[in-house]
Amino acid sequence: MADENTPESPATAKAAAPKAPAAAHKAAAAPPLPPDPPPPAGLEPPEFVAALLKAFPDAGLQLSFWVGDWTVIVGPAHLIEVARFLHDAPEALFDFCSDVSAIDWPARAERRFDLVYCLYSTILRHRVRMKVRAAEGEAVPSVTALWPAANWLEREVFDMFGVRFSGHPDLRRILMPEDWQGHPQRKDYPLEGPGELILESPQEWLRLRQAVEESEIE
Amino acid sequence: MDIQAPQPMFDTDELVLNMGPQHPATHGVLRVVLKLDGERVVDADVVIGYLHRGVEKLCESRDWTQIVLITDRMDYVASATNNLGYCETVEKLLSLEVPRRARYVRTILAELQRLASHLVWLGSHAMDIGAVTVFLYALRERELILDLFEEFCGARLTYNSMRIGGLPLDVPSGWDKKVVQFCNVMMQKLPEYEVLLTHNRIWLERTRGVGVISGPEAVAIGLSGPPLRGSGIPRDVRKDEPYAAYDEMQFDIPLGTSGDTYDRYLVRLEEMRQSVRIIRQAIEGLPEGPIVGKVPRLIKPPAGETYHANESPKGEIGYFIVSDGKATSPYRFRVRPPSFCNLQALRRLVRGHLVADVIALIGTIDIVLGEVDR
Repeated sequence: MADENTPESPATAKAAAPKAPAAAHKAAAAPPLPPDPPPPAGLEPPEFVAALLKAFPDAGLQLSFWVGDWTVIVGPAHLIEVARFLHDAPEALFDFCSDVSAIDWPARAERRFDLVYCLYSTILRHRVRMKVRAAEGEAVPSVTALWPAANWLEREVFDMFGVRFSGHPDLRRILMPEDWQGHPQRKDYPLEGPGELILESPQEWLRLRQAVEESEIE
Repeated sequence: MDIQAPQPMFDTDELVLNMGPQHPATHGVLRVVLKLDGERVVDADVVIGYLHRGVEKLCESRDWTQIVLITDRMDYVASATNNLGYCETVEKLLSLEVPRRARYVRTILAELQRLASHLVWLGSHAMDIGAVTVFLYALRERELILDLFEEFCGARLTYNSMRIGGLPLDVPSGWDKKVVQFCNVMMQKLPEYEVLLTHNRIWLERTRGVGVISGPEAVAIGLSGPPLRGSGIPRDVRKDEPYAAYDEMQFDIPLGTSGDTYDRYLVRLEEMRQSVRIIRQAIEGLPEGPIVGKVPRLIKPPAGETYHANESPKGEIGYFIVSDGKATSPYRFRVRPPSFCNLQALRRLVRGHLVADVIALIGTIDIVLGEVDR
C-alpha cells in the first residue's frame, strides 16, 4: 500500500494506472492515505527551505515536492514558530496568505486532518505550502496574528471540518447556519446532506448512516 | 442635594442596522450588520453563506471532466476564467502539455471574460452610486462579448468553454475578425464611460478618499486583483506566475497610488484597455495547430496535490486539488475564491464611513456571491 502512495514520477504512475470503470469513485474498502511524496534525490530545495531546516533542526520538519510545488510539513507545536520564520526571514518573506484549507484523511486515525496553508511572497515572488497534521478535537494555533487574511479562511476550515483554532479572534461558522450539526467537508459526512432526521435526533441519524454504509460495502 | 445631569434630547446609543440579505445593492444575498453611531459606521459584521451550495463537496464526488461544468457556477459573471484555472490545475497534476493554439484561444477567452466582468462591475458599481446611464452603456458592450462567446461555445453565461488538455471546439471561421471588430468598438466606447464618470463631480465626491487601504495592509488582509493593485502593489498572477499564453504577451499592470475607491476604478478601466491590447496580440499571433493535447482516455492523475493560481477579474483564483491516484474524482477539491478573500476586507474598509459609502465599498470590491459562498 505504502509504495503505491509515493509514486516516483507522474509519468510512470500514469502508465501504471489501471483502467477502472467510471463508477469506481465510490470509496473502496481501504480509504486512501496522503501521498506527500518526498523530494527526489539530488533536487536542491530553494534557499528559504534550506534556511528553515537550518533554523529548526529539532522541529521534525518534513519536505514534500510534487509537480514543482514545495510543501513543508510541520507539527502543531512548532506551527507558529515556523510560520513566523516564513513570514519574517529575509530569504522567505511570505507576506501573503493565499489560502488556508484542510484535507480529511479518515484512514490516518491518530492525526486525521491536514491543514494546508498556501503562502506567497509579493516581494520575492515565490510560493510554498505549509502543512500541519491535526488530530480530531485538537486545537491548532491560529495564524491570524501573522496573516489577518487567515481569519475567514480559518473560520471556513472550522465550519467545514470542525478543526478548532486557538487564539482566533472570532471563531464562528461562516458558510453554514450557526445552529448546523456536523461538519460537511468531512469524508464521513454524506453528500446528500443530513435530511430532517439530524435535527430531530442526531444519534439516530448517525446510527442509520453507519448501517447504510455497512450495507454498501457488503 | 442632588443635581441631575441634563438629559440628552435624543438617545445616543449605537444603532444596529441590518443591510441585506435582500438588498438591491448587495449584489445577491450578502448581509451586513452595521453598528452605527448616527450616520457613521462603527463596526460591521459581514454575514455570508446564503448561496452556499457545497461546490467543493460536490466536486469530490464528480468525475474530473464533469467538474469544469460546476466551476461555471461559482463566479457566474466570469465562468471562462474559472474553467481555465481548473483545467490548468488538472493539467499540472497530469503533467500535460497544452497545444500553443489552445493556450492562445484560452488567453483570448479569459481576456474577453475579464472585459465582460469589468463591464458588469462598472455598470453595477456606478448604478449603486446613482449613475444609471453607465449601467446601460456597459451592458450594451457586454452583450457583444456574450455574442462572441455564444458563437464560440453556444452559451451566454455558463460557458463550459474549456476541457482538460485544451478546448472543446476550435474557433468558428471568421470569429477572429469579429473579435478584432469588437476590440475596435470597445476602444471607442471606453472614453464614453470616462466622460460620464472620471471627472464627474458627484463621482469624485463619492469615491475619492472612500475606503482607503495602504499597500502593506492590503497584502496582509489578503486582497488580490484590482483592489490590491489600486493600493499600489504590483501583483498580477499573469505577470508573476504566467499561465496560458501570457508569457508571450506584452501588457502593463496599472497601479493606483492612494488605494481609495477612485483608484480602484481607474485601475479597472485601464485594465480593460490592457485586455483589449492582449486580445489584439493573441488574435494577431494565433498559431495554427491542434486544440487538444495528448489527454489520457481516463483522466486519473497520479497521487499528489497542487495549488495553481490564475488572475480572475476579481483577483487571485486558486485551485488546490488532491488526487489519491485511484479514484476518478479528486480526493480534495478546494477553491481559493478571490471574492471571498476580498470581501473579508469590507469590515476594515467601512469603518468610519457613512452608510451610503457602504454601498460604494461593496461595489468597489467587486464580489459575486456565487463565488463567495460556493
